[in-house]
Amino acid sequence: MSVLEVKDLKKSFGKTEVLKGVSFTLDEGEVLSIIGSSGSGKTTILRCINQLEIPNSGYISVGGEIFFDGTAEKENAKQRRMKQRLVGLVFQDFHLFPQYNVHDNLTLAAKLLAKEREDYKENKKNIIADIEAKADELLKKVGLSEKKDSYPCQLSGGQKQRVSIARALMLEPKVLFFDEPTSALDPELTGEILKVIKSLADENMTMVIVTHEMSFAKAVSTKVIFMDDGVIAEEGTPEDVFDNPKSERTKAFISKFED
Amino acid sequence: MVTVAEVFRALFEGFVVSVEIFALTLLFAIPLGLVISFGSMSKFKPLKYVVKFFIWVIRGTPLMLQLIVIFYGPGLIATWAVNTGSTNPLVMWLATWTVMERFTAVIISFVINYACYFSEIFRGGIESIPKGQYEAGQVLGMTKTQVFFKVVLLQVVKNIIPPMSNEIITLVKDTSLARVISVYELIWAGQAFIKSDGLLWPLMTTAIFYLAFSGLLTFVFGKIEKKLDYYKN
Ligand SMILES: Nc1ncnc2c1ncn2[C@@H]1O[C@H](COP(=O)(O)OP(=O)(O)OP(=O)(O)O)[C@@H](O)[C@H]1O
Ligand SMILES: [Mg+2]
Repeated sequence: MSVLEVKDLKKSFGKTEVLKGVSFTLDEGEVLSIIGSSGSGKTTILRCINQLEIPNSGYISVGGEIFFDGTAEKENAKQRRMKQRLVGLVFQDFHLFPQYNVHDNLTLAAKLLAKEREDYKENKKNIIADIEAKADELLKKVGLSEKKDSYPCQLSGGQKQRVSIARALMLEPKVLFFDEPTSALDPELTGEILKVIKSLADENMTMVIVTHEMSFAKAVSTKVIFMDDGVIAEEGTPEDVFDNPKSERTKAFISKFED
Repeated sequence: MVTVAEVFRALFEGFVVSVEIFALTLLFAIPLGLVISFGSMSKFKPLKYVVKFFIWVIRGTPLMLQLIVIFYGPGLIATWAVNTGSTNPLVMWLATWTVMERFTAVIISFVINYACYFSEIFRGGIESIPKGQYEAGQVLGMTKTQVFFKVVLLQVVKNIIPPMSNEIITLVKDTSLARVISVYELIWAGQAFIKSDGLLWPLMTTAIFYLAFSGLLTFVFGKIEKKLDYYKN
């Protein structure tokens, strides 16, 4: 069964239709790369799935939970919040919380969510200990154990982005979304982020990555979507899309990145 | 002839009133300023424009004038209305307002005036927080309240400390305006010795009190700023 299903997703800002009917599905463990020129609607897709924008119409489900089917308004804030845990989003420019150190950036949301558990009072100690352990484990995974007590302003861009990936993983999302995770970084720092994403792919994490790193997209993804002006212009395996593109637009776009 | 001790006792009495005006203004103007700032950011346009108009009027006219309007204005209007034969109970009530405590009129004027200045500082502080901070909190499953209190608030506080400390130090000196409606405060206390004893130095000495007070505030704000220095927004 697909862990992510998007059907005929439409979204307008004012009079401009930014998404004109986007459909795709993703199975567990798959890695989808979304490529396409600036303004084609890539970020808007991620924002709609992550409930940061309300679509105009269409259908979105994650892990069997319906995120959107046109009745979103009827849902209360708590229902939306509970679903939110099924997805994680890594922003282009990190958005770490500046006043918290690395460790607290990871644990803040998890600790707040834990308070809503029914067994929180009896099990408080264990629950908190689990959260702390989880944070330590994730920091180790992204290679930042020694930066645990640092504040975001003391980190390099690459380190910040690794923290934000770890933070997104804290709530164990079923699908992790990345919006151009390396675009705000100096070129020499992109490698460390791509390495982390690659290691997540190796662990069968289901991911959707909006990226301009074509060779990385080709190497890491099982599926590629080329967005053009609010529609999917081409879709397939990395080999299909990169080596044998069918549409002229895709060919033109990809040739721009060849050196 | 007055003794130095007598002068200082009088100055100190005036100073206590100045500090009272200062403290009460802060106490009420900060929460009111927060409410006004939310009004000025409201998505409900009519409310927003009414609030913005009010802020414009208050910031665009001298505090001295506002003191006079608050203290004498309602009474004048009501007296005029009574003279023309109105028996409206509201008018009658307003007519009694001239005998409102002078000190109360000072506090009302100061609170309204400073709340408007503070509200603009708060608005600037809140609007300077990037949208991404709210969104990061939201995608991590936090409630709006949690995002405000756990993520945004401290960043706002850090942003507004410098302009607030400016404004609050201005308030120390603005307390001297209270004497316009005959509220005895520090400047008045000093000035009184010119008439009664032909002494100018007591008035000049009031500067020591103002300097000591604003010096203390500068020190406190410096401490707070240092305390929040451990991170950068
Ligand atoms: N909040 C908004 N209000 C109005 N227009 C918006 C808004 N967000 C996005 N748009 C518009 O929607 C279109 C698609 O934007 P989107 O950010 O999804 O593109 P993108 O494919 O991510 O581009 P890029 O590669 O530059 O990040 C753009 O034309 C953009 O100007
Ligand atoms: Mg984008």
